[in-house]
Amino acid sequence: MITKKLALTAAAAVAVSVAFAGAANAQSRDQIRAVGSSTVFPFTTAVAEAFGKSGSFKTPVVESTGTGGGFRLFCAGVGPAHPDVSNASRRIKKSEVEQCAANGVAEITELKIGFDGIVLASSKAGQHMDLTRAQLWKALAKDVPVDGKMVANPYKRWSDVDPSLPNVEIEVLGPPPTSGTRDAFNELAMEAGCHEVKEVAAIVTDAKALAQACMAIREDGAYVEAGENDNLIVQKLVANPSAFGVFGYSFLDQNKDKLQAAEINDVPPTYENISSGKYPVSRSMFVYIKNAHVGVIPGIREFVAEYTSERAMGEEGYLADKGLIALPKAERDGVRSSAVNMTPMKL
Amino acid sequence: MAIARPGSYYLSEGYAARLRARYAAEQRFKAYGIAAVAAAAVMLVVLLGTIVGQGYTAFWQTQIRLEIHFDPAEIDPQGTRDRSVLATANTMKLVRDSLAAQFPDITERAERRALYDIMSSGAPFQLTRMLLDDPSLIGTTRSVWLTASDDVDQFIKGYISRDVPESARRVSDLQIRAVDALASRNAVEKQFNTVLFTGGDSREPELAGIGGAIVGSFLTLLVTLALSVPIGVAAAIYLEEFAPKNRWTDLIEVNINNLAAVPSIVFGLLGLAVFLSVFGMPRSAPVVGGLVLALMTLPTIIIASRAALKAVPPSIREAALGVGASRLQAVLHHVLPLAMPGILTGTIIGMAQALGETAPLLMIGMVAFIVDIPGGFTDSATVLPVQIFMWADSPERAFLERTSAAIMILLGFLIAMNAVAVLLRKKFERRW
Repeated sequence: MITKKLALTAAAAVAVSVAFAGAANAQSRDQIRAVGSSTVFPFTTAVAEAFGKSGSFKTPVVESTGTGGGFRLFCAGVGPAHPDVSNASRRIKKSEVEQCAANGVAEITELKIGFDGIVLASSKAGQHMDLTRAQLWKALAKDVPVDGKMVANPYKRWSDVDPSLPNVEIEVLGPPPTSGTRDAFNELAMEAGCHEVKEVAAIVTDAKALAQACMAIREDGAYVEAGENDNLIVQKLVANPSAFGVFGYSFLDQNKDKLQAAEINDVPPTYENISSGKYPVSRSMFVYIKNAHVGVIPGIREFVAEYTSERAMGEEGYLADKGLIALPKAERDGVRSSAVNMTPMKL
Repeated sequence: MAIARPGSYYLSEGYAARLRARYAAEQRFKAYGIAAVAAAAVMLVVLLGTIVGQGYTAFWQTQIRLEIHFDPAEIDPQGTRDRSVLATANTMKLVRDSLAAQFPDITERAERRALYDIMSSGAPFQLTRMLLDDPSLIGTTRSVWLTASDDVDQFIKGYISRDVPESARRVSDLQIRAVDALASRNAVEKQFNTVLFTGGDSREPELAGIGGAIVGSFLTLLVTLALSVPIGVAAAIYLEEFAPKNRWTDLIEVNINNLAAVPSIVFGLLGLAVFLSVFGMPRSAPVVGGLVLALMTLPTIIIASRAALKAVPPSIREAALGVGASRLQAVLHHVLPLAMPGILTGTIIGMAQALGETAPLLMIGMVAFIVDIPGGFTDSATVLPVQIFMWADSPERAFLERTSAAIMILLGFLIAMNAVAVLLRKKFERRW
């Protein structure tokens, strides 16, 4: 009886003390914490691992929260309870910088780490495609101009869009709207393609409505939201040779024996073409560092040095092996110097 | 039919037709039932078949045997044998020198790089560990099995075909030639993949393991168990044995039943708002994960415990009270021990459910890349299902089989826990 009561009390005491130990632990931290984009995640984790192995610091913890979610955590304040590093597959927005400043995160170092290409790929068993962004937009937009009017997308086959394209049903597996890849695809492929189709601007004159018409992707089943898991898209493409998939370059690189990529504006998505900026659907990736934590959380300076070192982000570095497309040499040197000096960014 | 009188209702044509129809309906219903069970079984077999078929190869990892000369000039030129010197020794050069010695014809820089890439980036660390364990190795030449890179591993396992053009595979012709040459000297072997069980997470598939996730899951479940069982059982005993029947207890009962059906992500949001924001607990810590999962499993345990207590016949209580026991004594000495098997079953099923949960942990930062194996309740940690989720999302091809292997291991744990629940019930359950 009494022993049982004691056991209960002891269990409760352990739970409470554990909880308080946790609260106390939050006051100091000896491990770097990073949050942010799932696209940058594979690269930051690779750097974190190399950093943990080689240095005398603990391996940083990297969370994949999405770019926006990452900035929300990153900008929430200064102190061990808030992350030190935020990964982003787009540049930080003005509103986010203001949010940061409002919470005391005044100085942020911006590191541009490289490029990521977004590819349209299909199984090797399928047909090779060479299309323009305008054709891609016409195939995937919700409403397209026909005879001077915007109508619900009538194209069922690629050859309906343009006779030069293969006579295959339009079926594209791509990321859902919550994904950063989708944002970039909308902006770099859809919006740019839309502007190449001159009729649209003639029909839709209101700027806001135009932006909306350009970004809207059809919902009649030709574009399938395949979830955030790109491996799943790869498997579906292999099973269905007439389908195309939209995902990041690293998945193409890993599966180049199974997949072929469509050329966009006559440019195939190769490492060289993305690096030189010739391939149109590519974006930059960023890592943001909270300057106020440098010297407080141990190892941030060394972590940033590792990230910007030639053996990591160089053309033959280990990040290139993970699918990162390196910046041109001059730009890399610029990033390295701003990393060494922790130069705060200005927008 | 023989007993019915001639002209009876039971001999009429209409009755016989209705009887036939009723029998037919029963047969049809049975057939539907069998079809449903068969469909479920087929799906289960397909699911398990694909997982096992994709994943069993992950339990082996390609190793390459190299003649390593532990060169004193390279490792410890001063001869101090100091641990810090040994720990930072350039063991990568030892691996590379050995490879270069095996293939003296490969001299061009880019080709050398390709040759070096057949070994895992973890191979030098294996040598460093050996050196730290046994500094007397310095100066000797040993043949050592070192981990091959994930691409070579996938090639050896047949996932990368040598028939496709060189540009379409991740293993170059030169690397294939080198691996073939090594294989002809019996220096390439698939060995049991212990790293898969003992290692922490890694971005290199050949170095990645679920050891860290297993420890994380264990710590998390320990906190869950320590909190949810005492609280859940105490709540169940009070509600079942002591609480007066009134509107308040009815309200509580309805709420507990509703809580059991709340989507688990809601508990994660609660954890983020209360434990992280208000109490300032660390992110990604097993203690917070355990707290959140304890909240999630509490209703399950309370409901199971109440059902178990209710199943104890009232005569046991009355007999105890009749010989002068207090109500507390009656419950703790007689009712609770008899209800224990049911409570334990409910607890284990609740724990198994908590083991497989990822959604609530997303919110409190346990879905993260964590290399170091957690050593305590406040260290950053992840859990098994999260590890599976993250591997499934990785681009490296070799993670595909490792994902399936990790699923098999998680399923193994779940089956074991459920088997324990069944065994306990079989052994201790009493029927009245």
